[in-house]
Amino acid sequence: MNIELITFIIFSSLLIFTSIKVITSSNPVLSAINLVFSFFLSAVLWLLLGAEFLSIILILVYVGAVMVLFLFVVMMLDINIAKKNAAYIKYLPLGIGIFIVFNILIILFFINTFENINYNAISSINIISESNTENLGFVLFTDYILEFEIAGLILLLGILSAIILTYRKNPNNKYQDPARQIDVRKKDRLKVIKGLKE
Amino acid sequence: MIPISYYLILSTIIFTLSIAGIFINRKNILVLLMSLELMFLSVNFNLITLGNYLGDLTGQVFVFFVLTVVAAESAIGLALLIVLFRNKKSIDVDDLSELKG
Repeated sequence: MNIELITFIIFSSLLIFTSIKVITSSNPVLSAINLVFSFFLSAVLWLLLGAEFLSIILILVYVGAVMVLFLFVVMMLDINIAKKNAAYIKYLPLGIGIFIVFNILIILFFINTFENINYNAISSINIISESNTENLGFVLFTDYILEFEIAGLILLLGILSAIILTYRKNPNNKYQDPARQIDVRKKDRLKVIKGLKE
Repeated sequence: MIPISYYLILSTIIFTLSIAGIFINRKNILVLLMSLELMFLSVNFNLITLGNYLGDLTGQVFVFFVLTVVAAESAIGLALLIVLFRNKKSIDVDDLSELKG
């Protein structure tokens, strides 16, 4: 039992526990907070795997942006906290059955497949330094530059569609329309009244 | 050195848990989206594990792209959810059946 294995066992069991809490808690806020915990725990496990940059990105981007977005939506929507209703009880055996069956199938597949793997088959292709971030940046900006730009376009698409979907114009708002302001002529505003002296 | 199977089994367990979560939480699309996030997390686990054990950095690059796509996906999904709640005052999956037939 080395320290690495002990760390793995502690954090993975906590990760499974928080994942169960995510899918079973009746309050969506608790689900979101447990999801935050599970992201933190998997960031630690990614550190064990040597992916330092991605574990920091997981905490900064996921916990900092995406999960805060989730929490905002939970608070914006006025949901009455759902009870453990009939549908939950109805689908619970199905969920547990699918969990067990899939687990048995996939774990039986995994348990012996990677015994004789040759770890050094394609090792150290892209390594330019000791730092994970440097290597990742090197690969990202040379081999995968097109995909990187497409990822930027996808994020732009996300921004645009989120704004367009949720934007609604409030008719009570007072706002200026510069085109109509410029378009005003003298005869629209000024009315000369003759014969007022009488 | 932790055996590779441990990580793969862990990600399998998380993936099946999120599938079970999609089946269980039929009343709440929000928790369904969270189950989807867990599913993406387990897939990222697989990519990082195999990339680490094969000594290849491409797995981590793919995780990077998956993270960006998931960020865009959750933004669009939550926007759709808000529009849905505005129109129907409910986020129940069963209330979405509008087609007659």
